[in-house]
Amino acid sequence: MRFGDAVRTALRGVGQTLITVGVVLLLFCVYELKITNLVTEREQEQLREELAQAWAEPPPPDPAVRPAAVELGEGIAVLRIPRLDDDADDPYATVVVEGTSPADLKKGPGRLVESDRPGELGNLVISGHRTTYGAPFADLDRLAPGDAVVVETRDTWYTYRVTGTEIVAPSAVEVTLPVPKRPGVEPTESVLTLTTCHPRYSARQRMVVFARLDETLAKSDGDPAALTVAAGGG
Amino acid sequence: MYVWIWRHLPGGVPGKLLGSLLLLTAAVLVLFVWVFPAVEQRLPYSDVTVDAPTEQPTEQPAERLEPAPPGGSGTPSPAAAPTA
Repeated sequence: MRFGDAVRTALRGVGQTLITVGVVLLLFCVYELKITNLVTEREQEQLREELAQAWAEPPPPDPAVRPAAVELGEGIAVLRIPRLDDDADDPYATVVVEGTSPADLKKGPGRLVESDRPGELGNLVISGHRTTYGAPFADLDRLAPGDAVVVETRDTWYTYRVTGTEIVAPSAVEVTLPVPKRPGVEPTESVLTLTTCHPRYSARQRMVVFARLDETLAKSDGDPAALTVAAGGG
Repeated sequence: MYVWIWRHLPGGVPGKLLGSLLLLTAAVLVLFVWVFPAVEQRLPYSDVTVDAPTEQPTEQPAERLEPAPPGGSGTPSPAAAPTA
């Protein structure tokens, strides 16, 4: 009798432990796939407000001073990808932050600090989450050559056009060079490199989308064709 | 364990229900606020977390100091520094 009770208690304990572990793992999935999105949504809202405020103020007298003043995690530009618009009323517009640390990337896609700035000669590298934290780059695989990737800064629209997509090893940092994959070569054009993980839910590889600067338009001169056409056609 | 907790919660069935609910909420909160964020950082290669971006900063400086990794194209580029 006493032996039977002990076995029953032990079995019950094992069963309850397994159920608890299962529930905790499920909660972890909920956290990663849902809660992290809420975190990023709130961060993006705040970044948008801060950018709107910063851009509304008159620019500093010396433009060269500005880059140094950008802090890690601060919003620096808005990324617009017409191909990824849900519909015309809900365009894809994500605030890009400075830096690619885990904390930065919880807010949104981040600019690799060693890379070049929007519109500059060289390579602007932006990395973003694909599964969690808003998953801004979840659908990067839908981009086809020729698709527009518009980077909006304080006073300029930079329209990049996708030139290709590649799946590379996680160690393939050569794609972030000023001229991607060409070490030591002096850049003669402005390119944009978007990186995220691949396949989705994994980190075994990286998906890299390359784009080349196609059009530079002062914001005072209106909206870039890539955005107006997309909106009209959508 | 759950039986033990249930037995020790005060206030009859309504009190026990309320107590259970409070305990459950507390447990979930602890998980969401402290445990999961910590675990997430330690699982760079797990299936649920994305590590592409987290890896970039560590890779980046190392790579820019070293010569180009052995590429499939076989270009013997001796450039060891980002400066051309």
